[in-house]
Amino acid sequence: MTDANAQIKETVTSNDVVLFMKGTSEMPQCGFSSRVAGVLNYMGIDFKDVNVLADEAIRQGVKDFSDWPTVPQLYVKGEFIGGCDIITEMTLSGELDTMLEENGVAFDKEAAEKIRASNA
Amino acid sequence: MDASVLEDLLRDAFPTADIMVDGADGVHMAAQIIAEEFKGKNRVAQQRMVYAALKGKMDGPNGELHALALTTKVKE
Repeated sequence: MTDANAQIKETVTSNDVVLFMKGTSEMPQCGFSSRVAGVLNYMGIDFKDVNVLADEAIRQGVKDFSDWPTVPQLYVKGEFIGGCDIITEMTLSGELDTMLEENGVAFDKEAAEKIRASNA
Repeated sequence: MDASVLEDLLRDAFPTADIMVDGADGVHMAAQIIAEEFKGKNRVAQQRMVYAALKGKMDGPNGELHALALTTKVKE
């Protein structure tokens, strides 16, 4: 196991919600990362952001770790949930709420409903 | 990457699927794939199958595609 691999594993197991993204939660540097971080922030979800642009080993490492070629990547309780398209679909269908509830992750249900109402 | 090249790659992997490809600039593209092969697979597994079909064209700084918006559905 490479250092990057071990570091990623440690990050996703020691934080309930982790978003590997380009840029940071406050300053995303890619539209897709921005969209997912925006949803998590709006729903009041406490998450750890990992800026892959800050570390080339992590940038490539997380793609290998997840067997997923793109960033952003969302992890909940150590499980890979998906990228931007999947998170968007799950947010709009309500599956994201169910998944968070099942994992005991706190979020603002009203905010989630507002996202759905404005994208209906 | 030309949209038709992307469509050909997807068509090879999912011969009976309904495939729609969109993307004028060749870098930011969108594809919708409705395939029987997706049956019984979750979204992550479905999209991994699509990425596998693209044979590394999404990979790294030298990847030809920067962004591919994917929608996958099971064909009934």
